[in-house]
Amino acid sequence: MSCVLGPDNILHDTLLFRVIYDFVGHLLPCWLSYIVAGGVIMMLLVNGVLMGAGLFSWVERRLIGRFHNRIGPNRWGPFGMLQPMADVVKLIFKEDLTPAGADRIVFMIVPVAMLAPVVLMMAVVPFAKDTALANLNVGVLYVLAVTSITSVAIFMAGWASNNRYAMFGASRGVAILISYEVPVVMSLLGVVLVAGSMSMADVVSAQTIPFLLVQPLAFFVFFVGTSAELNRTPFDLAEAESEIIAGYHIEYSGVKFALIQAAEFGAVLTSSAVMVTLFLSGWSGPLSSYLGWVWFLMKIGVLAFVFSWVRATFPRLRIDQLLAFAWKFLLPISIINLFATALEVYFLRDGAGTLDTTDLWIMAGINFGVAFGSLLIFGTLIKEKVRPARPITGVTLSSIEVS
Amino acid sequence: MTIRTEPMTVNIGPQHPSTHGVFRLRVTFDGEEILEVEPIFGYLHRGTEKLAEERNYTQIVTLTDRLDYVSSMINNQAYCLAVEELLGVEVPQRAKYLRTLTAELQRVASHLMGIGFFLQDLGTLGTPLMYAFRSRERILDLFEMLCGARITVSYMRPGGVFFDAPVDFWPALDQFLKDFEAEYNEIQQLILENEIVMVRTRGVALLPLDLAINASVSGPSLRASGLAWDWRKMAPYDAYDRMEFDVPIATGGDNYDRFWVRIQEIHQSIRIVKQCIEQIEPGPTRADVPLVLRPPAGAEAYGRVEASKGELGFYLVSDGGISPYRMKIRSPSLMNLTVTEHLLVGWKLADMIVTLGSLDINLGEVDR
Repeated sequence: MSCVLGPDNILHDTLLFRVIYDFVGHLLPCWLSYIVAGGVIMMLLVNGVLMGAGLFSWVERRLIGRFHNRIGPNRWGPFGMLQPMADVVKLIFKEDLTPAGADRIVFMIVPVAMLAPVVLMMAVVPFAKDTALANLNVGVLYVLAVTSITSVAIFMAGWASNNRYAMFGASRGVAILISYEVPVVMSLLGVVLVAGSMSMADVVSAQTIPFLLVQPLAFFVFFVGTSAELNRTPFDLAEAESEIIAGYHIEYSGVKFALIQAAEFGAVLTSSAVMVTLFLSGWSGPLSSYLGWVWFLMKIGVLAFVFSWVRATFPRLRIDQLLAFAWKFLLPISIINLFATALEVYFLRDGAGTLDTTDLWIMAGINFGVAFGSLLIFGTLIKEKVRPARPITGVTLSSIEVS
Repeated sequence: MTIRTEPMTVNIGPQHPSTHGVFRLRVTFDGEEILEVEPIFGYLHRGTEKLAEERNYTQIVTLTDRLDYVSSMINNQAYCLAVEELLGVEVPQRAKYLRTLTAELQRVASHLMGIGFFLQDLGTLGTPLMYAFRSRERILDLFEMLCGARITVSYMRPGGVFFDAPVDFWPALDQFLKDFEAEYNEIQQLILENEIVMVRTRGVALLPLDLAINASVSGPSLRASGLAWDWRKMAPYDAYDRMEFDVPIATGGDNYDRFWVRIQEIHQSIRIVKQCIEQIEPGPTRADVPLVLRPPAGAEAYGRVEASKGELGFYLVSDGGISPYRMKIRSPSLMNLTVTEHLLVGWKLADMIVTLGSLDINLGEVDR
């Protein structure tokens, strides 16, 4: 006896799910094997994201160690690779404090509310050919919707902690997330226009050349907007260590802190995964029918490295400068990008409404021109007039005046 | 509909990563904007001035190490100058050069730390700080060769220095100076013209010159406001009268200028160190002073130096005994902190932290 998944089922395109479903279907009734297969996939995904977050926390600490001229964690396991495990074990044994006057239930929900969107985001991202957990036809919209849960979680954390630093962090975090959501959505519309679909799998298959080349401006806006949403330098105001200590998660300790950290490191990976899918042609590459996931992971690695690199280099912006950057710089250039892309698609598409590779190359050429032009213009407009450093003033004893 | 808002009072410190020690600011915020600031010191009060009345003159050197613990050499120097004035001792030439040399190395170390933490306060993840510490470690290693200690050096004594530099100190110093050029260039390239550093610090927390003078601000913070006031030029002590160096000044008086003046002063300090190496000659390193110092009764002396944070002075009164009747410390960090309220009101929370970093205070010295 074997169970067959109907072609109208949302999981029909997911190869891994079908394999497990067929296998379990020999032993169990169909409704049960459906649940078991789903559970197995979910276990793989959730643990994959968490393990990835742990591994990335090690990678980033090593990398930043190198940027700092030091070694980084190197004691536990080969090259210190088991350091995340040691950290988690330590945090589990720590006392789990709830501050006096805190809203206990909200306080407790926050770590889960932070982690859930990170895992949920991975549900629509195809790791390899036909391997997305769910091939939603509104995948891009889903990703945007899910990421904005984070702002609610941040505000819950700030409010429930009964701490003024946390309140500072939360109000900053929410202001940033709301502001940066707008240009990010605008930049993704360009991608959707070119791909002609909101499904992640279709976006990947539409990328005969990576959309990084076709939509350079959108990639720039999306990258900057994502690092703002991920609370990473130069946009890490919500948890600015030197200013408000840890921001919204100042009162979290023990397992809750571990979950929040896992969510933060995991968010970098899942955001990189989304970016890889939308702009770096996802899992495609040489031999991608078999090695799609290798390409996918490699591209994620490159983006995650860039995130760490930026984090190690830049100072932090101030909140008004940060919001001005979103509204006065990113939003206009993302609108320009959307407008230019819409015109290009209108004129270049053929009768069936599709674009071939030559069209994409033409668009890439035009869009690079548009990108340079608009970055130059808006860059000069937003740039505050800063005086350069003066040459050194030589002063001798005789020239000192005392007033 | 109007939303009812109310100001929020937050205690920044005494346990806060960016207050450079145990310093507390009671700040009233309107959203992110600062309405009121009340600095509260005293969390690190150790009663140095009182302790000095119970120690003999040589022992007090160790107390001065613990004032501004990132520039111990300069503290030693100021105290020793005061005691020498009290006793009327003439310091040997070699000791004068060694003091000048170590004081300038210490100034480099202190300014490196000031720059590093300033950028840390600006929100870098520690990369410039670690770059600065890389060079600072080398200087501390040199101090270790001189006197066996890195932070609390107690290298200078009334009448000279504790011990002449060992023979392998000089090649190590040469090597340091050679490497430092490249290392320091790396730091400057990383931060000096950085766009974000510029927009965050340019025109922020202005310190007008008249306010700076009225509030007795000294050191780089004063020079950033436009006055070339440097005790190494005004009243040269030790070997500074034979040194050729410039006093970098800036006219803006904002956070960037204070930071920039420190960057430039490091260049001048290295210049002085190089001149010391050229000019130093063999000879005794400590004047012939008795083991237990007994200045004449009623003698008073004020020894001051241009420390890395500003004018550091020790005022000593002797009653003829083995320990001073009174020791008063004029600490630059405390004086520079008095302008915090004028600097901060109207700016944002993030600027407050950066401004504290640009003043480069040290709480060991503020609370004494």
